[in-house]
Amino acid sequence: MKVTVDQDACIASGQCVLTTPEVFDQRDEDGIVVLVTPDPPESLSSQVREAAVLCPARAIQVVD
Amino acid sequence: MPVRPAAGAARPAAAEPLSKVRLLDGSTPWLVTHFAHQRALLADDRVSSDRNQHGFPILQPNIPRTGSSVGFISMDDPEHARLRRMVTAPFMIKRVRAMEPGVQKIVDNLIDAMLAGPRPTDLMEAFALPVPSLVICQLLGVPYDDHEFFQVTSKALITIETPLEERMAARERLTAYLDDLVGRKTTEPGDDVLTELAARVTAGELTREQTAGIGVLLLVAGHETTANMIALGTLALLEHPDQLAVLRDSDDPAIVNSAVEELLRYLTITHLGLTRVALEDIEIAGQTIRAGDGIVFPNDIANRDPEVFPDPDRLDLRRDAKRHVGFGFGIHQCLGQPLARMELRVVYSTLYRRIPTLRRAAPLAEIPFKHDAIVYGVHALPVTW
Repeated sequence: MKVTVDQDACIASGQCVLTTPEVFDQRDEDGIVVLVTPDPPESLSSQVREAAVLCPARAIQVVD
Repeated sequence: MPVRPAAGAARPAAAEPLSKVRLLDGSTPWLVTHFAHQRALLADDRVSSDRNQHGFPILQPNIPRTGSSVGFISMDDPEHARLRRMVTAPFMIKRVRAMEPGVQKIVDNLIDAMLAGPRPTDLMEAFALPVPSLVICQLLGVPYDDHEFFQVTSKALITIETPLEERMAARERLTAYLDDLVGRKTTEPGDDVLTELAARVTAGELTREQTAGIGVLLLVAGHETTANMIALGTLALLEHPDQLAVLRDSDDPAIVNSAVEELLRYLTITHLGLTRVALEDIEIAGQTIRAGDGIVFPNDIANRDPEVFPDPDRLDLRRDAKRHVGFGFGIHQCLGQPLARMELRVVYSTLYRRIPTLRRAAPLAEIPFKHDAIVYGVHALPVTW
């Protein structure tokens, strides 16, 4: 799977970091999303999808 | 039973997902009841939070319609994002985690004091209000010694019936207080959010007025809401002893996490709902919301949408409730939610284990519920053990 994030849309809710810390992080100055792993392994796919669903700003896109 | 604010107000099974409602002022905004539609619309940038826009639904008769003091919660992007991002850093996950030991200490100390004090006692005054007040004071750099002043003033701001003049006077007092504090932080800096904001004033990124407005928002939102989740959550658990036992008998962090989410869903203390106005025509659920139409989102009803939360009227701490819209959804979702979630985790995983015999010290019918407040809860909760 392929993951992209929209830093302009992100509101730093941190839901993605809680759900999948292997894939998402927050930058120090304002907590905006940083994509650590753009192509996560299949074992993380359900967590990544959950992160995308929980994101209140719809800033996470997942493509298979 | 009045533990939940809107018990009995679930959506009619056969009702249209979108319908018009009549407000006190005669206006007829849309009422959106389904979980999926609420999420879609709250995350739609054709929907505005600007209450100066024509058609914006006003649920409370006594709030000023205009004025810059309302801050970024009533703004749209890009200005909303610019201002909000100035205060997102303290709420990032790793900084909230770093605060957790300090919150645990606050909770432990307050429980020690309660156990050493008289019985019965008011859980709201002895515990539920001091926990978040102490935490937000530390975070912002507000002296806790002033808590009586800002708790009383906050109460006037969140009481629905407070007359307009009184509400504006309360807001002015709180704004002046924060403005004075920000001024002092320029000469006596601390390791706190107001000091960071004061530096932004010096750098010309924020005006003093905007800064005080942000301070008021964080201070009021930071203690009132969490305090109500602690006291009302405790009451809900005392009314559901089997669920209280789930928390008391488990040290599994996953259970504590799901308990926090389920109580946020089940209680949805933001019982007035959310309000927006459409900026363009929007097609949804076979209807057209026209540009200029107001929209009301009763998030307590969405949080009991049976398609998302089966058997929604049941308090079930083991269910996966974390998609709830108790903190709202979209770009205005509660800024402080990571901190609130952490505080509730610490409280719910500590209080009932340290005081396993905790119980109500007054009949349910005598508990004063906050039907009169923007945020639901109890004014007092007499408990003993």
